[in-house]
Amino acid sequence: MMVRTFKTTTAPHVRHPDDTSKIMRDVLIALIPVTIFSGFIFGWYAWVLAIVGVFGGELTEYIIMRFFRKDKNFIPDGSASVTGLLLALNVSVKLPLWAFLVGLIFALVVGKHIYGGLGANPFNPALVGRVFLLISFPVQMTTWVKPYWTKFWMSPWDMVTTATPLAMLKEGGSSAINSLKISDFFIGNIGGSIGEVSALLLIIGFVYLMAKKRVTWHIPVSYVGTVLIISTIFWLINPEKFGTPIFHILSGGLMLGALFMATDMVTSPVTPKGMLLFGAGCGAITMIIRYFGGYPEGVSFSILIMNAFVPLIDSFTKPRKFGEVKQNG
Amino acid sequence: MKLLTFKGGVHPPEKKELSKDSPLETFRIPEKVYLYLVQSAGSPPKLLVEKGEEVKTAQKIAEASSLISANLHSPVTGVVEDITKMFHPVLGAPSDLLVIKRTSEKDEWELLEPIDFESSDPKILIERVKEAGIVGLGGAAFPTHVKLSPPKEIDTLIINGAECEPYLTVDHRLMLEKTEELIVGIKIIMKILNVKKAVIGVENNKKDAIDALKKFSGEGIEVVALKTKYPQGAEKQLIKAILNREVPSGGLPMDVKVVVQNVGTAVAIKEAVVDGKPLIERGLTVTGEGVKTPKNVVARIGTPIEELIDFAGGYNGEVDRVVLGGPMMGIAVPNTSIPTMKGTSGILVLTKEVTGSIYTRNCIRCGRCVEACPMNLRPNVLYKLVQAKKYDEAVSEGLFDCIECGSCAYICPSKIDHVRHLKLGKKVYRALRRGK
Repeated sequence: MMVRTFKTTTAPHVRHPDDTSKIMRDVLIALIPVTIFSGFIFGWYAWVLAIVGVFGGELTEYIIMRFFRKDKNFIPDGSASVTGLLLALNVSVKLPLWAFLVGLIFALVVGKHIYGGLGANPFNPALVGRVFLLISFPVQMTTWVKPYWTKFWMSPWDMVTTATPLAMLKEGGSSAINSLKISDFFIGNIGGSIGEVSALLLIIGFVYLMAKKRVTWHIPVSYVGTVLIISTIFWLINPEKFGTPIFHILSGGLMLGALFMATDMVTSPVTPKGMLLFGAGCGAITMIIRYFGGYPEGVSFSILIMNAFVPLIDSFTKPRKFGEVKQNG
Repeated sequence: MKLLTFKGGVHPPEKKELSKDSPLETFRIPEKVYLYLVQSAGSPPKLLVEKGEEVKTAQKIAEASSLISANLHSPVTGVVEDITKMFHPVLGAPSDLLVIKRTSEKDEWELLEPIDFESSDPKILIERVKEAGIVGLGGAAFPTHVKLSPPKEIDTLIINGAECEPYLTVDHRLMLEKTEELIVGIKIIMKILNVKKAVIGVENNKKDAIDALKKFSGEGIEVVALKTKYPQGAEKQLIKAILNREVPSGGLPMDVKVVVQNVGTAVAIKEAVVDGKPLIERGLTVTGEGVKTPKNVVARIGTPIEELIDFAGGYNGEVDRVVLGGPMMGIAVPNTSIPTMKGTSGILVLTKEVTGSIYTRNCIRCGRCVEACPMNLRPNVLYKLVQAKKYDEAVSEGLFDCIECGSCAYICPSKIDHVRHLKLGKKVYRALRRGK
C-alpha cells in the first residue's frame, strides 16, 4: 500500500468562484457607458480624466502598498480603479489634471489607506476626494460647461460655461428652469459633473450590476424614493420655489450617488434593513441641503454623513439570532 | 408542491452525479484494521483486550467508560497485533490506536441475540443500541443511546435524509437500497422514544429516494421533500424547515420535543436489534474528481482510506487534498494511512482544479456571509472580534451559536476563513474560562 501525504487545510474545501476583484471589475464595466458618453458631450478631456483615474488610482495604490505599507505580496484588487473612475465622473471637466491627481492621491491616502486600506475605511474614498477638491478648488469644481453632443474633439477651455440646473433653481426658483426639457435630464444634455448627467446610462449600468448580483436594489430605491416623497411634499407646498419631483430625481449627482456611490459595500450597512435606513437618511439629508443649505447640491455630503452612521445602523439592524427568542417567538 | 426549508444557506455545486447511481458495494475484509479508541464524541471506551489476544468479528473489545461513551467491537476475525498511538484527524493530535491483523478471510461472528422489537420493552431496545456501540453516522458520531434517552418529553422523531453536503451520496443509496431496513429502524426508534410521529426529510435532489420511501409511509411515518440547499441537514435547520420550531440558543432538539437521527443510524439500529449485529461496518462514499471511479461502499470500520481510494479506481489528476466527510465540513487528512471511523461518511479526493488557489483579502463588508448564515449571525463581525481577541464580545455576538457549517467562508468574495477563526475563538474562550 502506497501511502500518500497531503496538506491539511481547514473546511470548507470548496469556495464560491466570486472574488473581490471580479466585483470591482463588474463595477468598472457598469460605468463604461456613462464614461464613453461623457467624452462625447464634454469633450475628449473627460476621457483623459477617466483613464488617469483608473490607471493613476491603481498606480497610487500599488506605491502605497509596496513602499509605504511594505506588502510584498500585494495583488491589486481593482478597488483603486473604481475609486479613480468614480472620482473622475464626479468632477467638472474644467478641473486641471494636476488638481485631479492631487484629489485622487488624497482620496486613496486619506480616504482609504490611513484607515488600513480596503474594507477599513469608514467613508467612501471617491467622495472624500471629491469634497477635498470642492473645498480646495471651488472655482474649477463648480464651473460647468454646456454639453456639446458628439463634439468630442473640443477642449473644455473652448467650451461655453453654464450653471447646473440645481444652481439655477437655487438662484431663480422654478421659472429659471422652465425652459429645460425632462428628456435632456434623462439623456444627459445638461451641465454638471462629467459622469452624473445621464440618468439613462447610469441606470443601464446599475441594471447590469443587479443582473450580476453584485448589488441589491435596497439603497438606490430607498434613496431615490425618499427624495421623491420629500420633493413631492415641498413641490405641493410651493411649486414656484422648489422644483418638481422628477427634476430633483434627475438632476445633480443623485443618480450617480444613489446607484454607484451610496451602494459602496465597504461604507454602507450590511443587512437589507440597514440599507433601507441608510438610503432614506441619504435622501433626507440631500434634500435638506438642496432646499436650505449653502450648496445647490448635497449628494456627496449626505452620503458621507450617512457613512458615519453605518456602524450605528449596523448594530441597530442586527439580525435576530436563530433561536434567540424561545420557540416560535 | 412547496419545498420546506430554512432562511440563509448557500448552493455549492452538488457533484452528486459522480456517485449517486453507483450501488453500494461491499469492500473486502482488509488484512489489517486500524481502530482509534476514540470513535465518537464523549470519553474514550475502556479497552477489554490485550496485545496478542485473538478476537472474533463483532466481539466487544472496548466498553463505554462513562455516560457519554460508546462500546467498540472488532470489525474482523484476527489477532490484536499492536496497541499504539497515531495521529487522529478529528482530535488533531496523536491518539490510542488498535491494530488488528486478520487471521481468517471468513468472519467468525460473535453476534448478539436477535430481538423481536415489536414485543419487547423499550428499555431492552435502548440497551441493545448501547451494547451495539452505535453512534450518529451523519458525521458528528454522538453516542446514539444517549440521544435516544432524552430527559424531556418528545413528540416527533425526525429522520435526516437531507444529505446536504455536496458529493456525498451514501445516505441516498441507503434510502434506495435499504428502504425496508430503514423503515424498521425508524419503527424501533419510535418505540424507544414512545412517539407516534416520525418525519423523514429528504432534499429534493433525491426524488427517487422520496418515491421509494413514500411506498412505506403511513403508520405515523411521513416523508417530506426539502429544498436542496446547504446546510439543510443541520439539525436545527432541519427542525425549523420541517416543524417550524426553533431550537433555542444553546439548547438541544429535545427542548422543542424533537430527536433527530440520520438515516444511516436508523439502518444500523435495525441491524443491531433485528440481526444482533453491532456497528462494525458502515456505508460511505468514496468520491471526488480526484478518483477514477467514484462509488458508494460498505467497508469495515478501521479500513485505511488508501485501500478505499484504490477500490475507487485510484487517483485521478492533480490531487490537492483528501477529506473525511463532505467538502463543507469535512476534515482534510495529512496522509492516507489514516483509517475510516464510525463517523466517516465519505472519503473525498479533491483536485487542485476544484480547490483552487485561495488569496485572502480584507473584508469588504459585502454582507453575503450575513445573508448566508443559517443561524442569523454576523460572521464578519464575529471574525473581527475573534481576531481582535475580544472573546467576551464575540460570545455575546453569538460565537457559540455558530454551527461551523462553513457557508460564510464558502460565499466570501474575500476568501476569509471565518470558520477556522471562529473554531479557534471557541477553543481559546473555553481555555480562558477553565483558567479562571
